[in-house]
Amino acid sequence: MFVPLFVLRNAFRHKLRTTLTMVGIIVAIVAFGLLRTIVDAWYAGAEATSSARLITRNAISLVFALPMNYAQKIRQVEGVSRVSWANWFGGVYITESNFFPQFAVDAATYLELYPEYVFKPEEKKAFQVDRQGVVVGRKLADLYRWKIGDQVPLRGTIYPGTWTFTLRGIYDGADAKVDESQFLFHWSYLNETVKARFPRRGDLAGVYVLEIRDPGQAAEISARVDATFKNSLAETLTETEKAFQLGFVAMTEAILVAIQAVSFVVIVIIMAVMANTMAMTARERYSEYATMKALGFGGGFVAMLIIAESLSIALGGGLIAVALTIPVADIFGNAMGTLFPVFFVSHETMLMQIGAALVVGLVASAVPAWRAGRIRIVDGLRSVG
Amino acid sequence: MDCVRWASGVTGIPLSYIARNLMARRLTTVLTAGGMALVVYVFATVLMLAAGLRETLVGTGQPDNVIVIRKGSQSEVQSGVSRGTASIVESLPLIATGPDGTKLVSKEPVVLINLPKRDSGKASNVVIRGVTSHGLTLRPQVTIAEGRTFRPGTSEIIAGQSIAAGFRGAAIGETLRFGQRDWTVVGVFDAGRTGFNSEIWGDAEQLMQTFRRQAYSSIIFRLVDADRFDDLKRGIESDQRLQVDVKRESQFYADQSEQLAKFISYLGTTISVIFSIGAIIGAMITMYASVASRTAEIGTLRALGFSRSAILVAFLGEALLLGFVGGVAGLIAASFMQMVPISTTNFQTFAEIAFTFTLTPFIVLASLAFALLMGFIGGFLPAARAARLKIVDALRAA
Repeated sequence: MFVPLFVLRNAFRHKLRTTLTMVGIIVAIVAFGLLRTIVDAWYAGAEATSSARLITRNAISLVFALPMNYAQKIRQVEGVSRVSWANWFGGVYITESNFFPQFAVDAATYLELYPEYVFKPEEKKAFQVDRQGVVVGRKLADLYRWKIGDQVPLRGTIYPGTWTFTLRGIYDGADAKVDESQFLFHWSYLNETVKARFPRRGDLAGVYVLEIRDPGQAAEISARVDATFKNSLAETLTETEKAFQLGFVAMTEAILVAIQAVSFVVIVIIMAVMANTMAMTARERYSEYATMKALGFGGGFVAMLIIAESLSIALGGGLIAVALTIPVADIFGNAMGTLFPVFFVSHETMLMQIGAALVVGLVASAVPAWRAGRIRIVDGLRSVG
Repeated sequence: MDCVRWASGVTGIPLSYIARNLMARRLTTVLTAGGMALVVYVFATVLMLAAGLRETLVGTGQPDNVIVIRKGSQSEVQSGVSRGTASIVESLPLIATGPDGTKLVSKEPVVLINLPKRDSGKASNVVIRGVTSHGLTLRPQVTIAEGRTFRPGTSEIIAGQSIAAGFRGAAIGETLRFGQRDWTVVGVFDAGRTGFNSEIWGDAEQLMQTFRRQAYSSIIFRLVDADRFDDLKRGIESDQRLQVDVKRESQFYADQSEQLAKFISYLGTTISVIFSIGAIIGAMITMYASVASRTAEIGTLRALGFSRSAILVAFLGEALLLGFVGGVAGLIAASFMQMVPISTTNFQTFAEIAFTFTLTPFIVLASLAFALLMGFIGGFLPAARAARLKIVDALRAA
């Protein structure tokens, strides 16, 4: 009972210094957690995928669409149970800064392939029967305060003109990983309007979404689909939904690597601050440590005291920081709007935060503990701090 | 140095006293300045990244070139300009003519192709641009660095230096396969620090056939006189037949860097400010300890006749010096980043863009100011405490 109390009393001898150090640790660990969460959010699209879904796109790049008759051919490929399709719309809602993903989807089949979008049955039905209808995620509806029945105009960038949709349904994600910022409307509405104005641009699908019977066969089925269209005018590239999403992540990898690197820099910064605190603390107490040694305590015990003090400050700060990260991440996620549709602090992040606090505490006390443990009694008693 | 001499002349406490105090506790000084250096390093690198991106895209466009894209489309890839519209644009006045008497116009199809990166094999989108004979004339910054240019009417292409180095199949002599044809890279072009370095160029008509496009993506032409842009714009906007957006090429590319550059600098500045709290606290702890251990010394100085403000300035000077040392160290580390090339996808164009970290005089000043500010905030409270000490109490502390 004596030793822990002794350590704690020591830790708070310089109240101001300890408080400042702890505040520093809290800020650093919160920042670390937030940055890791940003990185996680980048991968959220890939995390939320289903292994039972494949994506087929044009082999040249996503800029090129695929002919409509591919749907029938893909459906006949062995192992494929259902097929749907979607087109990236890329419209602008009022101003360019209001970015959210918009897809023209085949209403009859698309929602069936995404059971994680949870609808009220009547809203789903209302959407299915209104060709100008649209369904959106809860987060998006909340952000722009849209209500069922509202008219939402989008200015097309790929498909010229102003398009008006009527909000018919709002979906919730089945779990926290589901992107609740999507805007899904009828592909047939887009197709007919486009066909009337630009006949060459009609009857095209941006990507096909395939549901397969056995996820274990994903590679074989993908190869079969691509073989079907080999040497045709529009060759395809089929991959799992996860690989497809990871493709987007890979494109901005440089930024991601930078954020990850920076998240470790903040730990190093706070390590320097904490090491400074512990070095000063130990230096001031050399004469005390010498006294303890003169009383018969070993060098290891003295070193242990410093390590324990450093660890308790770091861990105390770390725990407060973990508790604070959750509300801070909430505020940050809301402020970012639809940039990070899925934003929550994962358990791994929390564990990493605690781990980082422990490492900071240990590293910061290493040199002072080693020095104090080896100090000669005479030198220590002579020292004036 | 004059201002320093002046400052120390006013306070009476010499600068060497301030500097030596930092030297006396070397470990503490190194740790505190090290923390600040890291913050400045992050701050400077992020600003350098945004500056590099801006510089690359701003440098891509020529001020006397004009680009025409479909109304409402924000990038060339989204745009489509029919042959009919293109010939109306071509017939406009104010377009410069070349030495051979033809108008300096290039009608270009621009698409993205998915290519694997040379090192990781991960795919990214690369811009492939079809150019006509005037395409090169309109971009004097583009020169052939290796090999030769493509022959019109063939499956030959040339690649920008970043693409040739960064993507599989894009180096000279290699072939790329797309649109059921093999394309041979016969040359590598150097476009300096511009976005064209991240593009592949080929014959416009060949590429349109391959991609089965009936429409161009953009029309680029040179103005007779760069100052006449507004007249041209008015002419195009009043023409009912033309549903197009018209911009100076320099402005067009500058706009394309905006979102990503803003994202990088906002994120980076926020991160730096949060990180700086840690470094400021480090400086505060150091300065409080410095004050505490020198209480008797402060008392002596005061007894010798140095004023309270002299003490305040001396300790603030110490904190500022600490910040300055950290700032310089951070900047030196950051300046090495200029050797690192970086390549990522621009959200706005969805295409790969290669650029470098660029250190500008503004960034140097901003980083040093940031470092000094950290020192000032961290040192102010401790310095005020030192200045408020009563002579008797301070002397008794020894």
